[in-house]
Amino acid sequence: MKIDMTYGSGGKQTGDLINQVFLKHFNNPILNKLEDSAVLSVSGTIAYTTDSFVVTPLFFKGGNIGKLAVCGTVNDLSMMGAIPKYLTAGFIIEEGADLEMVESIAKTMALTAKEAGVFIVAGDTKVVEGNGGIFINTSGIGEIIKGDISISGCKQGDVIILSGNLGDHHAAILSERMGIENEIASDCAPLHTIAKNLLDDGIEVHCMRDVTRGGLATVLNEAADQSGVSVEIWEDAIPVSREVKGFCDILGLDPLYMANEGKMIAIVKETDANEALEAVKRSPYGANARIIGTIQEGKGVRMKTKLMGSRTIDVLYGEGLPRIC
Amino acid sequence: MKLEQVIKALKEYDGEPVKIMEVCGTHTKSIFQSGIRTIISPKIQLISGPGCPVCVTSPAYIDHLTDLSLKEKYCVLTFGDMMKVKGTKLSLTEAKAMGAQVKVLYSPLAAIAEAERNLDTQYVFAAVGFETTTPIYALLLDEIRKRKIKNLKLATSIKTILPALSFICENETSIDAFLSPGHVSVITGSKIYKGLASTYHKPFVVAGFEGEHILAAIYEIMSQLKGKRYEVRNLYSNAVTEEGNQKAERLINQYFEEANGIWRGIGMIEQSALKLKEEYKEYDAGSREEEIIEELPKGCRCADVILGRIQPVECPLFQKVCTPLHAVGPCMVSAEGACGIWYQNS
Repeated sequence: MKIDMTYGSGGKQTGDLINQVFLKHFNNPILNKLEDSAVLSVSGTIAYTTDSFVVTPLFFKGGNIGKLAVCGTVNDLSMMGAIPKYLTAGFIIEEGADLEMVESIAKTMALTAKEAGVFIVAGDTKVVEGNGGIFINTSGIGEIIKGDISISGCKQGDVIILSGNLGDHHAAILSERMGIENEIASDCAPLHTIAKNLLDDGIEVHCMRDVTRGGLATVLNEAADQSGVSVEIWEDAIPVSREVKGFCDILGLDPLYMANEGKMIAIVKETDANEALEAVKRSPYGANARIIGTIQEGKGVRMKTKLMGSRTIDVLYGEGLPRIC
Repeated sequence: MKLEQVIKALKEYDGEPVKIMEVCGTHTKSIFQSGIRTIISPKIQLISGPGCPVCVTSPAYIDHLTDLSLKEKYCVLTFGDMMKVKGTKLSLTEAKAMGAQVKVLYSPLAAIAEAERNLDTQYVFAAVGFETTTPIYALLLDEIRKRKIKNLKLATSIKTILPALSFICENETSIDAFLSPGHVSVITGSKIYKGLASTYHKPFVVAGFEGEHILAAIYEIMSQLKGKRYEVRNLYSNAVTEEGNQKAERLINQYFEEANGIWRGIGMIEQSALKLKEEYKEYDAGSREEEIIEELPKGCRCADVILGRIQPVECPLFQKVCTPLHAVGPCMVSAEGACGIWYQNS
């Protein structure tokens, strides 16, 4: 069944959409009250963030827009040393969208939220003219368990841990768009357990960041700039799957600049590096983690290449490729 | 010979300064990405050449595209790289912001589905490139004819690399040797460089794109120069043959013929372009309308960069007013352009 403008009228059809799709899947005591606002109990300091998702195509190998929308916000909260607790979800649906498709997205969101231990406690739906597309905004609240984690907190001597292979999400989305058949799946995943395990193990974590748009290169440049340090990474330590490497070679892409949706870096005190690596490796989605470099005095990001040459790593300039998350 | 020995020899080179031109933008990129400049002797200078199709595309051609895109019921289909390059008035990005229909495609063949979906729109594919992309344009034409598609035409700006290299050999005597383009050579074969190597006494070495391949090619060039040998050597033999891809060449020759080409910043180079043959003019969206316009913005030295006269850092605008976000010249715009690559990697 197709969604038309009447589903956004606020009347019967809107109610049906909320009841039969969103309440059915997001089902929790706070949302089910259907008040104007969710009323929440939280303790201590909170982290609070928002993100919007406009990906094309809506469904891809390894996930869909709903999974991205939950993981994106969960990960942003987790990177600040917070335990994600509550999300809101706003849907802007273009007329012509398939109701079953919307339900499938909602179902994925519910499953991902469950995995991440968060409740979707408030929501909104609008229907606009268009061609069957869907845009989702999520916002989220998390309770901070370690408060001094910051992009400006990197210190000389710190070690950089990357949680796994680069480029999978970007390559999966591009493959879908270009009609290329391969086995590359998006890495879209919630990273809350990796972050929590690092903190629970008492690792001195100075900075965490999920490696999304702009890629590792951009995140590391932000860390170097904000912390007033330089970053050195080692080319042969950076994990990229054989398939993604081949994909990049053909299209002239560089995994360092490609978006990921289930990867993070943790920048930790040098003496905690091995313990931190173990903590990431034993967490879901962290099995292929590596130590990829160190923080040094100076500025900018440099890479020691496989040939033992040196390469400057700048931020991503411009768009180059269409938006993919 | 082991890689370590090659690196050691190139690092310790202390003879006459040598200038090697890497023709292809992908080589320029790989040289930076593998840090080759930081591990070889400063006496071996690597200079970027004319191998970025976007950088050498004439402004008149861009004007033609933007004009078409602004016409009612017209839509220009293009590779992403072309979006930001300015003609004399506008870039396609700017035209799009003014309401023009412009769409970025990843593959020329995706144009077919686009044209079949919207029959009342006239599509124009911006067919830009070298020998490498031309066979795909030929396949696109095959498909357009097979499916009897009436609303899709090509506006071509296709260049061939050999006349440009010939121009450089004739005019730029300071270049000692060439790292021949890998991708183009897959189509043309390594044979095409033989005449230039013997006439101008320059080594031409075809190389793959990994750092190790490029080092091996530089080593080969240095050995040839030392022994006063000037030969074509193919070190990319798993992809490049002497004769090239004859099936691809047949496809090119079916649809295209040689014509004079306009290179941005350089001007006209005889027989350096490929244009649609007369018998296929119904698929031609005005490719023959190229003209020379005195084109580079004031102070911009992209032409000197393309010809290997200067390195991007020697241009007075580089990094000061010309950056990837505010590109003045075409070499800064493209991902394969020498200035853009230098900016991002040095």
